[in-house]
Amino acid sequence: MADRFDVRRQTGFASMAMMCFFLLYLPIATLVVYAFNDNESLAIWKGFSLRWFHAAWNNSLVIESSIRSFQIAAVAAILATISATMAALATTRTKPYRGLTFKYAFINQPLMVPEIVTAVALLIVFSRIKIWTGYSGLGYLILAHTAFCVPFAYLPIRARLESMDLSLETAAADLYATKWKIFRHVTLPLLWPGILAGLMLAFVVSLDDVVITEFVKSGGQDTLPTFMLGQIRRGVTPEINAISTVFLALSIGIVTAFFFISRKRT
Amino acid sequence: MASAKEIADKAERDDIQSRWLLSTPALLIVFLAALGPLLIVVVYSFLTPGNYGDVKWQFSTNAWVSVLLERDVFDDTLSLAGAHLSIFWRSVSLSAMTTILTLIFGFPTAYFIATRPEHRRDIWLFLITIPFWTNLLIRTFAMQEVLRNDGIVNWVLQALGITDHPVQLMYTNFAVLAGMVYVFLPLMVLPLYASMEKIDFRLVEAGYDLYATRLQVLRRIIIPLVTPGIVAGSILVFIPSLGAYVTPRVLGGGTNLMIGNLIELQFGQGRNWPLGAALSIALMTIVMVALLFYVRNTTRSDGSHG
Repeated sequence: MADRFDVRRQTGFASMAMMCFFLLYLPIATLVVYAFNDNESLAIWKGFSLRWFHAAWNNSLVIESSIRSFQIAAVAAILATISATMAALATTRTKPYRGLTFKYAFINQPLMVPEIVTAVALLIVFSRIKIWTGYSGLGYLILAHTAFCVPFAYLPIRARLESMDLSLETAAADLYATKWKIFRHVTLPLLWPGILAGLMLAFVVSLDDVVITEFVKSGGQDTLPTFMLGQIRRGVTPEINAISTVFLALSIGIVTAFFFISRKRT
Repeated sequence: MASAKEIADKAERDDIQSRWLLSTPALLIVFLAALGPLLIVVVYSFLTPGNYGDVKWQFSTNAWVSVLLERDVFDDTLSLAGAHLSIFWRSVSLSAMTTILTLIFGFPTAYFIATRPEHRRDIWLFLITIPFWTNLLIRTFAMQEVLRNDGIVNWVLQALGITDHPVQLMYTNFAVLAGMVYVFLPLMVLPLYASMEKIDFRLVEAGYDLYATRLQVLRRIIIPLVTPGIVAGSILVFIPSLGAYVTPRVLGGGTNLMIGNLIELQFGQGRNWPLGAALSIALMTIVMVALLFYVRNTTRSDGSHG
């Protein structure tokens, strides 16, 4: 075997890696398989069935919280991406200036603080504001989600801007294009994959959030993850498996799309 | 006629104006819903708890004292708060063990991916990123499926004849540890891979030419080369482990609390918001110190390599 003489080979590493991949996918696979189990109890396999998918589909709480999740994720991801794009332009397309590092740290701050701390902080502030203003709509959740989505949108956009060839923008400026025209016809089309990547990351991150949502939401504002957390605590039927399976398929779809977009640009 | 200098000055002013205008929305959002509230948490940690949650606006350092100490109801003496200390200890030790275990599993995995032919690495990396972008709650719940008394682990143990009755795995420290390793493993593999990808394998070849064994090559050449990746991965795993909330809540039940759950408790049944605030600031400080250590470490290694 030629492989034995490969200098890169380390004994046992390949089998360890295979075990790692196996362990990563075993729980997910179990979860998905039991979503199709025709049995009240999770333990015993009784045959293939889609009844738990039907049950979830007919559960108005599931549908409501799913719709709410998507609304929040869509609005938060769009707001975060717009503001992150603007911030990325302001932190890459100028000479280094005082306050640049500060801005950078400021924007990435939500990544550095444990989620539970941010959640508690928002609970304190928003519960006060809810009493003062009497408003307890989805606005709080959207604002909170937008804030922690900003760094996720910012990082890929900034990375894209930094790797872009500046000579095209310079050429446009030499041909008397205004700043807006340069942005509209040169920078934006080139930046687009980065913006799309940022938008998708922000969307997935918002869709996944449990902790901050759990602390910020008012009564009757469950998102799909907080609804599931409540269900898991009360004891589980395969309905949760069915919901998870659909959610999982969706996440994998988005990540796959992300994978191909980011692959194409290199 | 404007002189060249005036035009340049105006361009400079426009530039300054636009870079602040453009970054204002992002800065404002982060300030309103992340950084600003944190400052208020600091204020709250110095107030008195209200009777039904919330706070009374009365200065007090009691919350900070009771992070670590306990006041005796009868004679007012202070002693170490055993319950809090054991939760801190559990958080730190479980997080450290999570970091070590993800390193043990993640190192060979990252190495395996980094030594594949270039066009196949993407696919292996993709397999690591899928669980990473899957909802944390779903992954934790999947772990529960595996660890339950009638789950697959117990089924295997019984099929192998190791035990004849189900072993209680759920709601133990072990379950929390297994869950955290499972959930945070990709955070270890990705930075490890990033630094392994850059290894110059001619150095390894030189090692073998000098009669090094595989183990010596690993210890003396590969590990030193990927130290930045090991540090980055360890920080990326240790920090969220320390602040973990969902995993201990789902897999640890009500008894195996970590700092995150202790904080939540103060805002729920505990009705001691100032204590919750003080615990949050304490947790954040530990995380910041770890991050600072990381930043200093990386800047130093960047400097020495070029």
